[in-house]
Amino acid sequence: MAKKAAGCARPVGGPVGEESGTVPETEQQTVKEVQSMIKVGKKAPDFVAPGYHKGEFVSVKLSEYLGKWVLLCFYPGDFTFV
Amino acid sequence: MSIDSQFTHKMWNDHELSRMVDGGVPFPMLSDAGGKVGTVYGVYDEEAGVEARGRFIIDPDGVVQGYEVLTPPVGRNVNETMRQVQAFQLVRATGGAEAAPSGWRPGKQTLKPGIDLVGNVWKEWKTEQAFD
Repeated sequence: MAKKAAGCARPVGGPVGEESGTVPETEQQTVKEVQSMIKVGKKAPDFVAPGYHKGEFVSVKLSEYLGKWVLLCFYPGDFTFV
Repeated sequence: MSIDSQFTHKMWNDHELSRMVDGGVPFPMLSDAGGKVGTVYGVYDEEAGVEARGRFIIDPDGVVQGYEVLTPPVGRNVNETMRQVQAFQLVRATGGAEAAPSGWRPGKQTLKPGIDLVGNVWKEWKTEQAFD
């Protein structure tokens, strides 16, 4: 029996071993719908985006910021008021 | 990041934002034509063709630690964002030995999760500490 330090995360249990069989085709199709891949505690999807920074046009790749804290902010549009 | 082009970003920075912030916007203003990145991050509104006010905190390992998404008419609270970053930095610096309870900000008491704290938070931490 292994000792575990108590952290903030609630310990969970579940099936152990190989996942059962292949997914039926009908299920695969419904999963195809585009959905957000964002979950806290999981990797942020990498991307490349053109941009403007201090008088220059730049290309920014999220994974270039590994090793640093990143705040990624979206907003509705330039010249919107808030 | 927004659906605007880098050219529009330049105009907005040069003509308006640089009059509000000395030296202009200090970080890259990114362009997401068609909302492709926004779709993956779950903030792109296809009907309106724009992105919501999504804010993601990503740690040095590239892991999303937190996010907040607002509809367009309400602005963010920058202080709250900074507080969350500072809290996640503290947790990371202590390797998870310390946790930031509700209302924590730098200088306030942290909690040290462990077997002795189970059922004893009420002795260590008071509800008033959740408020400023």
